[in-house]
Amino acid sequence: MLYTNLKHIESAEEHAKILAENENVMVICGRMGPMCIPVYGIAEELEKKYPHVKFYDMEFDHPEAHVIRDLPEVRGFMGIPFTIYYKNGKVVKATSSIQTKPQITSILDEHLATK
Amino acid sequence: MNTNYDTIIIGGGPAGLTAGIYLSRSRVKTLVLNEGTVGGQMILTHEIANYSGVESVSGYQLANIMKKQALSFGCDIQSNISIKNINFEGDEKCVMLEDGDRFTAKSIIVATGGRSRTLGVKGEDKFKGRGISYCATCDGDFFTNKEIVVVGGGNSAIEEAVSLTKYASKVTIVHQFDHFQAFDHAVLEAKRNPKINFMMESSITAFNGSENLESVTIKDLKTNEIKEFKTDGVFVFIGYIPNTDFLKDKINLNKWGEIIVNSDMETSVKGVYAAGDAIAKRFRQVSTAVGDGTIAAMAVSNYIHDLKTKQTASCK
Repeated sequence: MLYTNLKHIESAEEHAKILAENENVMVICGRMGPMCIPVYGIAEELEKKYPHVKFYDMEFDHPEAHVIRDLPEVRGFMGIPFTIYYKNGKVVKATSSIQTKPQITSILDEHLATK
Repeated sequence: MNTNYDTIIIGGGPAGLTAGIYLSRSRVKTLVLNEGTVGGQMILTHEIANYSGVESVSGYQLANIMKKQALSFGCDIQSNISIKNINFEGDEKCVMLEDGDRFTAKSIIVATGGRSRTLGVKGEDKFKGRGISYCATCDGDFFTNKEIVVVGGGNSAIEEAVSLTKYASKVTIVHQFDHFQAFDHAVLEAKRNPKINFMMESSITAFNGSENLESVTIKDLKTNEIKEFKTDGVFVFIGYIPNTDFLKDKINLNKWGEIIVNSDMETSVKGVYAAGDAIAKRFRQVSTAVGDGTIAAMAVSNYIHDLKTKQTASCK
């Protein structure tokens, strides 16, 4: 279980619904480990600054996290978390392992900017 | 924005948060500034079972409780900030952030902790998460039936190398010296493990590959011979360094970059105190950081009281 302050995605169905209903979505798929926790923390903080983006996490070992683990964009990834950025339901960027706040905001500004 | 505080604590790990709890509760106007997620290295610990009075707790949970406690007493906390400049001179200290915010205070507590050391060689950034990892419990299962390298010779490196044999078919430990710094029993366990090989007096000078890591360049430090070593992954465990780079020429550091303090956690600069893993000391635990933070807070509390008393007297 991920005990973050982010909203959690619990199933593939919920994942599909979120992507269908929201233009900009960031999903952090990880565990409660050293490389993942800083990314959750940054996302929690960015929720206020980026109200047009929906921030979620999903447990990496949940069977239904195959919706993230099987994405072609994460092929070759060998470090959690897998962080996926969606625009209109399509993956526009994916990163592996820990990221800094400037790295994350740069992706949000470039790929999930408001029109 | 320019805001004045009694104390600014730089660093929001167990030392900084504890100082924040004590000072705020004493009605000392306090700000905690933290460059990453609040909690410091404590949040990276899956389970803490030796913190007195708490049977078992994750580092993340303990950090959040400490943060909540500090906030409940009125402590201001800002995380994921970047510090641009610090001025310790005079009675009014100043911290400027990259975003233009400026904070002043009568005293400062430096509780910036430490960070994992990286190799700093070519390709390290490129292959992070694509073959290079710094956490065996996080990423070990990506290397099931693969051949990997572990870099380092301390307890973390040797213990994690043994733990990675649960997944990897072969583990090669690369270490720069001819002996290990790890405990003898840990080294013995590694030596007895048939999946582990050793490459002593060697260092990695580059990470190579196209999309994912495919090999490392290794230098034999005795002969200076360079060779390419094929590997599916590299785990780096080469210790910690204090986060004190920004303090050079501002306060006294030892040759390892650790802050030199007295028994009251006072540094070489009046009104500037330090606590936690960034100070020069032998043992680094959550409990010792909490102790340091407590001492620093109480010393700062006295310092501010004396300062205010002096100022009041000079006005009469």
